[in-house]
Amino acid sequence: MLELKDLSFKVQDDGVEKEIIHGVNFKIPKNRLIVVTGPNGGGKSTLAKLIAGIEKPTAGKVLWNGEDITEKNITERAKLGISFAFQQPVRFKGIRVVDLLRIAAGKKISIADACVYLSSVGLCARDYVEREVNASLSGGELKRIEIATVLARGAQLSVFDEPEAGIDLWSFQNLIEVFREMRKSIQESSILIISHQERILEIADEIVVLKDGTVDRTGSKDEILPGLIGTAAAMVECRGNGIVKGE
Amino acid sequence: MLNLDTIQQRLLSEIADLHEVPEGAYNIRSNSHAAGRKSTANIEIVSKTDVSGLEVHVKPGTKNESVHIPVVLTESGLKEVVYNDFYIGDDADVLIVAGCGIDNCGNQDSEHDGIHRFFVGKNAKVRYVEKHYGSGSGAGKRILNPGTEVYQQEGSTVEMEMVQIKGVDDTERTTTAELASGAKLVVRERLMTHGDQRAISTYVVTLNGKDASADVVSRSVARDHSYQKFDAKIIGNAPCHGHTECDSIIMDEGRILAVPGLEANDLDAALVHEAAIGKIAGDQLIKLMTLGLTEAEAEEQIINGFLQ
Repeated sequence: MLELKDLSFKVQDDGVEKEIIHGVNFKIPKNRLIVVTGPNGGGKSTLAKLIAGIEKPTAGKVLWNGEDITEKNITERAKLGISFAFQQPVRFKGIRVVDLLRIAAGKKISIADACVYLSSVGLCARDYVEREVNASLSGGELKRIEIATVLARGAQLSVFDEPEAGIDLWSFQNLIEVFREMRKSIQESSILIISHQERILEIADEIVVLKDGTVDRTGSKDEILPGLIGTAAAMVECRGNGIVKGE
Repeated sequence: MLNLDTIQQRLLSEIADLHEVPEGAYNIRSNSHAAGRKSTANIEIVSKTDVSGLEVHVKPGTKNESVHIPVVLTESGLKEVVYNDFYIGDDADVLIVAGCGIDNCGNQDSEHDGIHRFFVGKNAKVRYVEKHYGSGSGAGKRILNPGTEVYQQEGSTVEMEMVQIKGVDDTERTTTAELASGAKLVVRERLMTHGDQRAISTYVVTLNGKDASADVVSRSVARDHSYQKFDAKIIGNAPCHGHTECDSIIMDEGRILAVPGLEANDLDAALVHEAAIGKIAGDQLIKLMTLGLTEAEAEEQIINGFLQ
């Protein structure tokens, strides 16, 4: 479905050229839940943005069902069937939750339909559907609404950039269930999640480890996960992310 | 229906959501003449004798009644100043819908300056809605300079909604209010300017009595080469609460000046001013684009929401 070919991305940092992504190759076939993981600063979020068209690669190609979409913008990619959940959801003054879900669905869905999406991310729909997506919502509430917009979109490829960031433990359990349910319902579509969380890695079909801007390892969950957990490098990383406490 | 042509009817629906004769008391002014008027048992509308304008008398204790006083101008070159006074009796609770629509297809400027004074009795409640709208392709400008004076007695509440979204070339709005003990003023202003339009909005709210409160909030968008100035001053002369807020989006070459003004003359006067001006956040555009909107569609959605 989606293929990244020799994808590279450079930025200018204080006049010094810095390569964030270097010659990345991988494919996302249909009916897969793929988790991209790796150390902070390894280029994971940048990779997600390159897929959604938010950033433009400095070299390489992005192919969508065989078609070169490297030059296509965010809107064009969204229309082709790529959706993107932000790590830091955006607030809007005056735009209600139901408005955002309607934009996402691309049609005038009923309040009842909107409630289905909200319920599936663990929000009591009646309390939220008419609320503005503004600063009155907590980080966790916004995050769940963000995920609901991606559900409403029903895209062929749904990309989630660190969905666990900014949510509490109770919501996290709920989040895993949302992804499990999504995984069950996909057939012609796929999910790509950028995550550090072991419990998200556990529900992956395939794991891609991104390190220093390149694909370090890739394979099935059973191949990759044991090597990640318990390794010295993983422990340092996990401590850094608060997943594991103590020495 | 009243004797109005289709342009006048369209203006009426834009500024007052009126598609037929309103219920309750009304006075509809069209090209400087009264196109229709009705008083009710509790609300009397009479013409002023010294100057052009109306006196609206609401009896004490009147509940859940409304007054519509829309104005439409379709003759190019017409300039008028109208003085309307509202006397709201104690304990009354009324809705007043004003507003002015100008359609100017000619080359001469059309101007309507409505000077409104409100004398609000004890514990009375007034909800005041004023919409401005301009249309027409002529080179003549559409000019509106509303002046509003509000005098609130003890325990009264006034909520004002001022909307000017389209088509008015030049406007200078001045609103002053004086509040006695326990009186409350809430203002919600929504403004969008485009082209070479200019809009100046000035508020001076004086809180004279204990526990008087004012909340003046403006949300505005300045597009193209337009210019706006929001100048809101609250003076606290007693233990009171005052809040003003200017929240603005600038686009293209639009310019906005926000002038905060707070004057505390009492130790227990709590006054707050907030102002934020900026372009549409890039993240907001990107989010809506990932949902399939083009950049232009995303901008429209953000602005429509902002001005809701």
